[in-house]
Order: sequence, then C-alpha cells, then structure tokens
Amino acid sequence: MKRKHRRLTFVGIALLLLGAAAALVLAAFEDNIVFFYSPTDLTEKKPGPSQRLRLGGLVETGSVKKPGGGIIIFKITDTAQSVEVQYKGIVPDLFREGQGVVAEGRLMNGVFRADEVLAKHDENYMPPEVAEALKKAGQWKGDGKGNGHTDKGKAK
Amino acid sequence: MTAEIGHFALVLALFVAVAQASLPLIGAHRGDPGWMALAKPTAILQFALVAVAFACLTHVFVTSDFSVVNVVSNSHTDKPLLYKISGVWGNHEGSLLLWVLILAIFGAAVAVFGANLPPALKARVLSIQAMIAVGFYLFMLLTSNPFDRIFPPPLNGRGLNPLLQDPGLAIHPPMLYLGYVGFSMAFSFAIAALIEGRVDAAWARWVRPWTLAAWCFLTGGIALGSWWAYYELGWGGWWFWDPVENASFMPWLAGTALLHSSTVVEKRDTLKGWTILLAIITFSLSLLGTFLVRSGVLTSVHAFATDPTRGVFILALLVIVIGGSLALFAWRGPKLVSTGLFQPVSREGGLLFNNLVMATACAAVLLGTLYPLLLDAPGGGKVSVGPPFFNTVLIPLMIPMIAAMAVGPFLSWKRSDLMPALRRLRIALVLTIVAAIVTYAVHGDEPVLGVVALAMAVWLGTGVLTELAERIRLFRSPLSESFRRLGRLPRASWGMTIGHLGLAITIAGMAGAGAWKVESIQVMKPGDKVTVGGYEYRFTGAKAGKGPNYKFVGGQFTVSRHGREITKLTSEKRVYNVSQQPTTEAGIHTTWRGDLYAVIGDAEGSGGAFVTRLYFNPLVVWIWAGTLIMVFAGALSLTDRRHRVGAPHRKSSAVSLPGAQEA
Repeated sequence: MKRKHRRLTFVGIALLLLGAAAALVLAAFEDNIVFFYSPTDLTEKKPGPSQRLRLGGLVETGSVKKPGGGIIIFKITDTAQSVEVQYKGIVPDLFREGQGVVAEGRLMNGVFRADEVLAKHDENYMPPEVAEALKKAGQWKGDGKGNGHTDKGKAK
Repeated sequence: MTAEIGHFALVLALFVAVAQASLPLIGAHRGDPGWMALAKPTAILQFALVAVAFACLTHVFVTSDFSVVNVVSNSHTDKPLLYKISGVWGNHEGSLLLWVLILAIFGAAVAVFGANLPPALKARVLSIQAMIAVGFYLFMLLTSNPFDRIFPPPLNGRGLNPLLQDPGLAIHPPMLYLGYVGFSMAFSFAIAALIEGRVDAAWARWVRPWTLAAWCFLTGGIALGSWWAYYELGWGGWWFWDPVENASFMPWLAGTALLHSSTVVEKRDTLKGWTILLAIITFSLSLLGTFLVRSGVLTSVHAFATDPTRGVFILALLVIVIGGSLALFAWRGPKLVSTGLFQPVSREGGLLFNNLVMATACAAVLLGTLYPLLLDAPGGGKVSVGPPFFNTVLIPLMIPMIAAMAVGPFLSWKRSDLMPALRRLRIALVLTIVAAIVTYAVHGDEPVLGVVALAMAVWLGTGVLTELAERIRLFRSPLSESFRRLGRLPRASWGMTIGHLGLAITIAGMAGAGAWKVESIQVMKPGDKVTVGGYEYRFTGAKAGKGPNYKFVGGQFTVSRHGREITKLTSEKRVYNVSQQPTTEAGIHTTWRGDLYAVIGDAEGSGGAFVTRLYFNPLVVWIWAGTLIMVFAGALSLTDRRHRVGAPHRKSSAVSLPGAQEA
C-alpha cells in the first residue's frame, strides 16, 4: 500500500465516522429537541398532543391541589396567562407556590400533562427561560442568575 | 486585616506571574540561560503568594468574618467546620482562587522536580503556565475578588446551599479542578513544543505523567459527582446529561484520546500534530468547563447581561487562549514532521480509531450542550437538549469502539493482521455470545440495547483477560513461567489491562442500571407493601426529628425478598434552619446485584400516608466500582519505571526527517 493510499484510508475512515455521527446527530435532533413555551405562547399556539414541550413560569399561588393517589394539579402562570398542569409523582424539593418552575410533557385537551417537573436547587434561582417569559409579560425584574444542578421530579 | 493580606498577596502574585510569563520566554528565545533560570524562582514565589491568599480566605471562612462579602453569602456560624472550609471553594470567587492555587502548585512542581527538562523547554512551559495564571488573576481582581468587604457587616451569613453540605461534594470540586488544571500542563508543553517546533519521544514522556495524573483526578472527580447526584438528589439516576456534567465529560473524552495518542508519539514518533491539537482541545474544554459551571453561561445566558464585565472577560479569555493556541498550531503545526509510518490495521491504527471515536463523541456532546445557546442567540427560540439526544448519538458511537478495544492490544505496532487477533479472541467471542443469550433469555422483552451493552462489557472484559493470558503465555508454558512473566509485566501495561477491565465493569453497570431499572411511584400508608424488582418494600411509617442544623421527617421501609428481611431503609426529608431549603436523603442499600433505593415525598392526607418513590437499580454500584478501578489503574501506570528511572533524555539524533509525511 502506498503512503498516499494509506492516508486516503485514514481520511476515509474518519469521514465515515463523522458522517455516521452527523447522521446520528441530525436524527436525534429531529426527535429529541424540546421547545420551551410560556403559558402565553401555549394558549396562543396550542400545539398538538404529539408534541413534547417544556412549559415554564411561576407556580400560581393558591393553585396547588392534591386530589390523592400521588397526583398533583397546579397552574403555571406568566401573570398574563395560566395553564393547568397535571403531574403524578414527587415534585422537587424546591417546588413552591410563587416560585419558578419548568414542566416537561404534552398538552392534552387544554391540560398540560407533565412527566417531569424541574426546579433549581437555589432559592434565588429563576430558570432563564422563565425569567424571559416573565419579562415578556412585563412582570418580573431580576437577574436570572444561579448555579447548581437542576432538581427534578420524574414520573412514569 | 486577613482579607487585606490575602488581597495584597493576590496582587503580588499577579506581578510575579507577569514576570514569569515574559522573562523566561524571552530568555528561551535569545538563548540566555540567566533569564531562563528566572522561571524556577518566580514559579515557586507565585505558588507561595497564592497559597498565602488561599490560606487567608480559608481563615476568614473558618473564623466567620462577616465583613467579607463572600463569607456572608456562603457561610454561617452554625455550619460544621468541614463545610466552612469547603465553603471556600463552594462559590464563584473562591473556586477561581482554588483553580489558580492548583495551577501554581503544578507550576511549582515542574520548577522543582523538572530538573531533567531541557532549560529552554522548562522556561517556556513555565512561562505559558504563568500566562494562564495572569488571565485568572486579572479576572479575579477585576471582576470577582473573593476578598471584597461589606459595610456594615451583618450579624450572620446566609449559609451554604444545604445540598452542598455533603462530604462527597466537599472534595468533588478540588478533584475536578486537579483534573482540569492538570491538563494545563499538557497544554503548556504543547505550546512550548510548537514554539520550539519539535515533538519527540522524550517530549511525550515528559507530558505523559501530567496527563495521566490529570486524567485520574478528572475520572475520580466525575465519578464522585455522579455518585453524589445518585444518593443526594434522590432521583435514583446517576447521569443526567446536565450541562454541568457535560462540562466535565468533554475534557474527559478529549483527555482520554490524548492519553492514547501520546503513547503513539512516544513509541512510534507519529501522530504528533494530532496529539498537540488534542492537548490544546483538552485544556480548552477544561477552561470552558470551569466557566460553564461557575458563571452560569449555559444554565443562564442572561448572566452575561447582568454582569457584562464578567461575561465579556470570560469570552475574551476563552477567545485568547483557544484562538491564540489554535492560530499558533496552524502556523507552527506543519513543522512537526512524523517519521513513523503504519498500516491501517496496526496498534497505531487501533489507537487512532479510539481517538477518532473519542473526538467525534466529544464534538457531539459539545454540540448538544451548546445548541440551546446557538439557537437562542439569533432568536431561534428556546430549546432544551435532553438525555435522549445524547443517548441516541453516543451509544452507537461507543459500540464499535468497545468492540475494537478488545482487539487493539493484540495488534502489533506498524503493521498487523486482523485474523490472528480475532482467532485468539475466539473464547472471548463465545463467552460474549453466551452472555448475550443468557441475558436475552432472562430479560427477553426488555430493551435490546441493554443486552448489547452487557454483551459488549463481557466482550471487553474477556478480551482484556485473554490478552493478559496471552502475554504471560498462560497454559502454553509451565505455570511457574507464567507467574514469572506476570511479575515482570511493566506497570504501564498493568495500567492498561486494569483500566480497560475497569471500563468493562463500568459499562456492565451502565447497561444494568440503564436498561433494567425498576421504578414505582405511589401513595403508601404505614403497613402498605409494594413489590419493586422482586423486592417487597413495606412502609412502616414516618417520624419527625432534629439534626445539627436541620429538622427532618424520616420515613422507614423494611425490604424483604421471598419473605426474608434484607434491610431497613430510612429516607429523610430535611429542612435546613438557615435557608429553610428542603432536601431529600434517599435510603439506599447497596448489593453487587443492585441497589435498593427508597425516597419519601410529601405527606398525603392526615393518616400518616406519604408519596413514596421506590427503585431497584441493578448493577448500579458497578459503575463507580469500575471508575475507581480505572483511577487505580491510572495511578499504577503513573508509577511505571519509565517515569521514574532513566529519566527521558532527548536524543540529538531525534531530529525529524524532512520529507516524511504524517500517515
């Protein structure tokens, strides 16, 4: 094998790998990117139940209900609009009324069915998406800073 | 007063670092031994000054001096001493100080122990180290001074985030930083080599111990962080593809590639340019990791807007380091000529394959981590890239690499044949197929990927053992002869064998915990029973109580299997006095088959019922056992003879042959 051919083989293998990786990335992006919605976006756009999305805002004060069976129902609000969320499982430690929260799931018949609820492990933290959504609704002034792991509740 | 001494020491350290960054470099350029020799005293002095600054910060934390802003924001008189100390680096400013302290320790170590380095190389390496340090000192002094005062001082502090009050997390950041900063040595050596225009086997041997040590620390740090998330966060998971985790995983992938490619430079005098590039990339990713975690660049893009000086400074620092080193590489890289030629099927070819996969995986993780930022900047909307993305991309990439990992050590350098290697692996292949069939028979309806992953672990494990057996000629020569050979194996080759074995164990753990985890969420009254993964969890009720600086509600579970009691688990929900922040302590019982894991949630109604979350996590402890073995293997390899005795000397004949092309 000549030096040139050898080199070609390596470049070929590298390109093959990169190509495979690019294909994988594209396929994964198509299925696994989750868009963020504020309650206002959600009421305006009304995405179908097939679309998985994230909904963020504040937990509306006085909206948290526990009908039993480990189910929790609450409203996420950006102060302009609010959306009812249903979730079965344990909510994160920092889940509180009036605090920022992000729920991941699907919108079904006007109710957001979450299979994951996230809050941050820092009481001053406001998820940046939530901060922005609130800013758009013209309500919240803060710095949106924070660090640490995302706390999440996960349900099957 | 202490805070002012610390601040002053930091300013002095900056000046010393400026001297160290310039004079020895100029000396090396001019060939002036006097100026080059300045590298050693300045490196030691710089280390002494940062050590003073760090000691001062520790002192104000331990004595709870609430006239210092940093202490007010991150400490409290009630906190146990260990967490007062870990509070020093549990915040943005203090963690930067720890970073430069470690950088200075590494620099001083090179200055003191690097007697066998050629003076010009040593001078350049230390100068480049000092340049990195200058960047950090300026960043701290201009935007994030840990010694800022507050007036009037408050009576008490705000306390450390309770989640961080954990022994595992007290040592996790220093471990991670030892890894990140350790790669700065590889970086400095790479830049020095680019300036000199020369990379050879001796260079590879000088760099290797630093890379290896950094890799060990980083591996340990990542494992510790993952273990902490597992037992402290109470989600029953061990890896979440959180940007914070990805930030440490990317340098690990690049560093692992570097570790393997530097072997090729050492043994075969080829892949030089690639190795230099990897060293630059690894350290760049370490820098990115440091800033991603601490500055909130990713979790919050808006951190830039709120503190523009900090954000702009970070960006500028990253651009200078990464852009500058890549530009230098583009300019000087082509001068590094490799002499060793090799066929695609060879030991070098195998290591190169590892490198390509690692680099591709690293690029994919980088893309997934930064994609939300990239899309948000032009107003493309807010997105999140979650675990499914990373799993979909990385697992298919890793499978061929693991398959090749078992074969690689059988290939000889330069040119080799695949068939004889595969023939020697036939027993491993049979065992792998048997393992796959058995797993499939037991968990037939479960994910195929789990079966594949477990089979890959068996393949790698048996492959590694086969290679060891071959090497000592087990069963082919008398047993005493085999033992004699076993005793004579160099520690570096033990390092490879044990390290790869550790990875096999970790993969088995990931396969088990990833594919066959059983989870159950329900409301339980005292006396209720739930069966999870063949284990019966009985909830025996909850009790309230008080800890040193928190109140808790503790839920008790009795776990039995086939009617025989195995263990009692207690999960606590704690509320800390100072911050009023609740945390969850999971109840965990670890066995080699899997972990029993119980978490108590909120009370449901008044009858003593609670929401509970119960798990059976098969093989999960293998993940950390495997990584611990990998760290041990790295440390073992570090003690190899060639790093201690017969210190590498540069052969004058090692001048690169012109005209030879890198294969």
